[in-house]
Amino acid sequence: MSRIAARGMITVDVRFFAVLRERAGGERRRVELPGGSTVAALRAHLRERLPELPEGYAVAVGRAYAASEHVLEDGDEVALIPPVSGG
Amino acid sequence: MARVSIRVPTPLRSFAGGRSETEVRAATVAEALERLTEQHGALRDHLFTEEGELRRFVNVYLGDRSIRNLGEGGVGLSDGDEIRIVPSIAGGAPVASPAAERSGAVDFSPDELRRYSRHLMIPEVGYGGQARLKAARVLLVGAGGLGSPAALYLAAAGVGTLGLVDRDVVDITNLQRQLLHDTDSVGAPKLDSARRRLEALNPEIDVRTFETRLISDNALEVLDGWDLVVDGSDNFPTRYLVNDACVFLGIPFVYGAIYRFEGQASLFGLEDGPCYRCLFPEPPPPGLVPSCADAGVLGVLPGIIGTVQAIEAVKLILGRGRPLSGRLLLFDALGMEFREVEVEKDPDCPVCGEHPTLTELIDYEVFCGLGAGASVDADVPSIGAEQLARWSRGGERYQLIDVREPYEWRICNLESAGARLIPLGELPEKIGELDREATLVLQCRSGSRSADAVRLLRREGFEDVFNLEGGILAWARDVDPSMPTY
Ligand SMILES: [Zn+2]
Repeated sequence: MSRIAARGMITVDVRFFAVLRERAGGERRRVELPGGSTVAALRAHLRERLPELPEGYAVAVGRAYAASEHVLEDGDEVALIPPVSGG
Repeated sequence: MARVSIRVPTPLRSFAGGRSETEVRAATVAEALERLTEQHGALRDHLFTEEGELRRFVNVYLGDRSIRNLGEGGVGLSDGDEIRIVPSIAGGAPVASPAAERSGAVDFSPDELRRYSRHLMIPEVGYGGQARLKAARVLLVGAGGLGSPAALYLAAAGVGTLGLVDRDVVDITNLQRQLLHDTDSVGAPKLDSARRRLEALNPEIDVRTFETRLISDNALEVLDGWDLVVDGSDNFPTRYLVNDACVFLGIPFVYGAIYRFEGQASLFGLEDGPCYRCLFPEPPPPGLVPSCADAGVLGVLPGIIGTVQAIEAVKLILGRGRPLSGRLLLFDALGMEFREVEVEKDPDCPVCGEHPTLTELIDYEVFCGLGAGASVDADVPSIGAEQLARWSRGGERYQLIDVREPYEWRICNLESAGARLIPLGELPEKIGELDREATLVLQCRSGSRSADAVRLLRREGFEDVFNLEGGILAWARDVDPSMPTY
């Protein structure tokens, strides 16, 4: 976590995939979070703002899968990837 | 000097003190790698030749950009840059091809040599590779949207033994995307048309069919002995079952899944790689992620994803290229965009982690919240199709609202039982037209959209509202079998 982020807020660029895109009503959303926020905090934030988002999605930060405790940085691109069952 | 991180791939971590990421200060990529090998001397021989060149099988990326020549000194680094070392395996396969051992005993007829001549010309395939393909045994779970292109290409490529598991019969709604079947096979088992098509395409191969639904009781038996599984199933219970069974049996499987315009693919279950549960430990709550039958799917989409699965299967058999293990490929047809996400093996994964908590197959219907009696829409008052038929015949006073789309109404409807069409999207604005005193019955195709409609009306203060459980499909099944379904 950078010092700048610790003091203020960070903004991450959230991208929705598949069914999440429809539920979120768009492909992208900029989300402001307190510096030092984790992926779990982002999930909680979205649960509140977008209760219709199905749970159980995976989160990727940049190009890598990110676990709940992963700390987000200002400017991160965060992809929310739902499980998909169709075949 | 910039502060950058270097990601070290799994196979090289033991030479980097077990770490996946190291931070260094450097001005160029070459300098960053120099710092890295100063910290971890054992890495040097794995990354560089004696002449100090990057080894051929080592790829270095700065962000998205591939850095082949470290002499590209102009590549300056900035704070926070990420350098990734990615082993490419062209020229040396880190994954043992499962069919390699058996391929020594393989022989080809002159006809076969001509059939596969365009493979034999490629150095990466050649006679040895084609022999591996012929010796290979690949099982496809599902002969549907994904299974169709995968099976067709694997058969054409000369995979010697192809297995298919499916229990469905061909429905006319399948034909928009499931290329194994044709109009004449509507109503017949999918495996019949699949076998006919594959044997016509390549009579040299052995097609084996399992006309069953893959369940915990039969999965280990059906999957055992195959080199590789291609998962083209269409529901979460089967997907988790395929994953767990493959991990237990040590069989890699090529994952693919589709939704409307988007698809996912990966290779799971390699010894060093993640499994499906490393990515999605728990299934989504039932009903929240709709299937193709409920959500629709672009017919061409499985052509892309199923073909990606076939390519991964062929690569794995040949032991060539960089497998899609540890990476989830995401495809978006509308944006015409491929992207990938790195997924690592989760040490805490319940099936493939260091201390697995699941060591045998479970009841996957229950795991996915679909177990006996567990209805997705249990919170919604409902009536069955037969009861609605009795109400209709008995002159009961009720109002039946069909919340489907007009095109669906044209395929089949319950006008004879008094249905009126109000598509779900128009319901909020037409609430004023509904009789608050009457008993309302909401109906759609399968009962899921109408359950949403019941919830909406109850929030709006309607009290006497019911969902037609199972939708018009239940009516066609239980009341009027002559009704066309879709
Ligand atoms: Zn796993």
